[in-house]
Amino acid sequence: MINLRDFGAEKWEKWNRPKRTTFVVILLALVTLLPFAGDYSFSNFLNTPISSYQAVLVYPVGMFVLMALGLNIVVGKSGLLDLGYVAFFAIGAYTAAILGTKTHLNIWEILPIGMGLAMISGVLLGLPTLRLRGDYLAIVTLGFGEIVRIVAVNNRSTGGPNGIANVPNPPSILGVRFALDNMQGFFWIILVMILLVIWMVRRLSVRRPGRAWEAIRQDEDVAMLMGVPTLRYKIWAFSIGAAIGGAAGVIFASKSMYVAPDMFSFNVSVLILSCVVFGGMGNIWGVILGGTILAYLPERIRFISNARQLVFGLALVIIMNVRPDGLLPRKKREKIHKAGEATTNV
Amino acid sequence: MNFSVVVSQFWPLLINGLALGFIYVLISLGYTMVYGVLRLINFANSEIFMVGTFATVIVSRNFFGFNQNTDPLHGFKLIYTLGACLVASMLMSGVTAVLVEIVAYRRLRAKGTNRLASLISAIGVSIILQEGVRILTNSIPYSNPRLLKKVYVVHAGPIELRNDTILVIVFAAILFFLVDRFVSKTLLGKAIRAVSMSEETSKLMGINLNRVISATFLIGGMMTGAAAFLYETVYENTKYNVGFSIGLAAFTAAVLGGIGNLRGAFYGGLALGLLEEFAAAILGTQWKAVTVFLVLVLVLLFKPNGLFGEAVQQTRV
Repeated sequence: MINLRDFGAEKWEKWNRPKRTTFVVILLALVTLLPFAGDYSFSNFLNTPISSYQAVLVYPVGMFVLMALGLNIVVGKSGLLDLGYVAFFAIGAYTAAILGTKTHLNIWEILPIGMGLAMISGVLLGLPTLRLRGDYLAIVTLGFGEIVRIVAVNNRSTGGPNGIANVPNPPSILGVRFALDNMQGFFWIILVMILLVIWMVRRLSVRRPGRAWEAIRQDEDVAMLMGVPTLRYKIWAFSIGAAIGGAAGVIFASKSMYVAPDMFSFNVSVLILSCVVFGGMGNIWGVILGGTILAYLPERIRFISNARQLVFGLALVIIMNVRPDGLLPRKKREKIHKAGEATTNV
Repeated sequence: MNFSVVVSQFWPLLINGLALGFIYVLISLGYTMVYGVLRLINFANSEIFMVGTFATVIVSRNFFGFNQNTDPLHGFKLIYTLGACLVASMLMSGVTAVLVEIVAYRRLRAKGTNRLASLISAIGVSIILQEGVRILTNSIPYSNPRLLKKVYVVHAGPIELRNDTILVIVFAAILFFLVDRFVSKTLLGKAIRAVSMSEETSKLMGINLNRVISATFLIGGMMTGAAAFLYETVYENTKYNVGFSIGLAAFTAAVLGGIGNLRGAFYGGLALGLLEEFAAAILGTQWKAVTVFLVLVLVLLFKPNGLFGEAVQQTRV
């Protein structure tokens, strides 16, 4: 089977610096201009039939890619199966909704609070469960995702089943306005966040935490014997993933100006997991591709939208059975070695 | 918080909790047996339960043509109809479980891929089942016709037993006893135990691994199907997502008793049924799932090997 990832990596390897810079700049410019693609005849095939194209770019596409990147740290990098990722998204969104309506803090000030709260809940959930085998983590997180929703339904401060309305939009920065009629602002802010996450993940991957996660993913017992403090790094992976989910939640709440428990069902966790698995666990570019495809296609192709969950379930089973590494698989260890021998300045 | 309920309603709560507990016992067999041989959580078990409830409803509504206005049945016809529902539900769940094993686990096991892949594909199958049923039923809840007229048959002081409660308790206890005997006495049961001790060694001893694993899924599925039938006789309602909270509770029961341990599942199921019923009375039914979840986290935190189980951390494969 063709390996797009290696193909891309080889090309990238051969390019010199100016070539790489030009490529990245052009790619970034194209992505930045995506919200306007629907207005021109040569690119209006991207338009979505039901919801507005610009809104689709923000949610689901941008939001899913961001969350998939966050979940990728947990599932892809360190091999921990988190089935309740929506819980952190919900915690972020409810933080934004409650603080945004009850206090005078604006969304930019709430963002770190939301991320912090998501992170703390990640640590609290991780401490008892990350000591155990992966399956327990899966089922506990599955339960946790549902519990957060049940608490939101039954609690007065979260507005019960009706949720919270009138969540404020963020104040504008650098002249970019954020409002319901100006979706590109939200798209750009998510894009910035995605870029930050990519940068962070790439940095972490080549340093101690990345190596520890890789070791844990491959064989936890051996990693532990080699002196890797596995629990600590697993909790780090879990809470960094949670913080990214929380950040996505804060932006989501202020973008839709409204949160309700229905938005945070188990389905969202499955969707995000499918994005990660479909694209290629552990590989940033694969995850971005998977997130884009799985978020965009159901909006573009009408008949999928009703059976979308079913399609995602099928995608999970088929990908796992046929191509367990996803569309763009992660780099294999041997290949890293080979690359190291071929070029000395890696 | 309403603690006075516990005193005034003690006996009804106890009896309902026991009945619910016996249903959990049967479902948690589906989790615990599969865990025993594969060392994997059978994520699709909640959907296997859901399929079983629909089998019961479909047989009584479409096959026998009963509806909500039908008078309750008596005598031989009652036994015959209930028997047919039970068999259909057990068969349906058992076959689904075997199919789940073939689709989600077998190929991956043959390839020797990591555990994460098996878990994800099991979740995929579980989503396919749930969403398939959701689309087929248009998310409409289905109610089961009341075939058994519910009357209180035992009046002993404060204890009042309804006939469906007795049916659940007696029937589930018999099934559990049979499975327990089966696993400890028959050849296939011994093979199942051998595989759960060491897959490699049992292969060397000439045990057909695929057959044993399929048999385990079949038995676990059939028990889950029987639980689905009992659930329908008591609660008379089902929906595409009925398995979610019940599956989580039954899994918690299995963990509480020590996953991989049959007798543990028995005590865990009963304990969890009682706990859930009392918690619902004290805190309100909407917090039932939260209580179950808290129990699960606390058990994993303080006694991860359960009350009767092997040490989870040491059975890492």
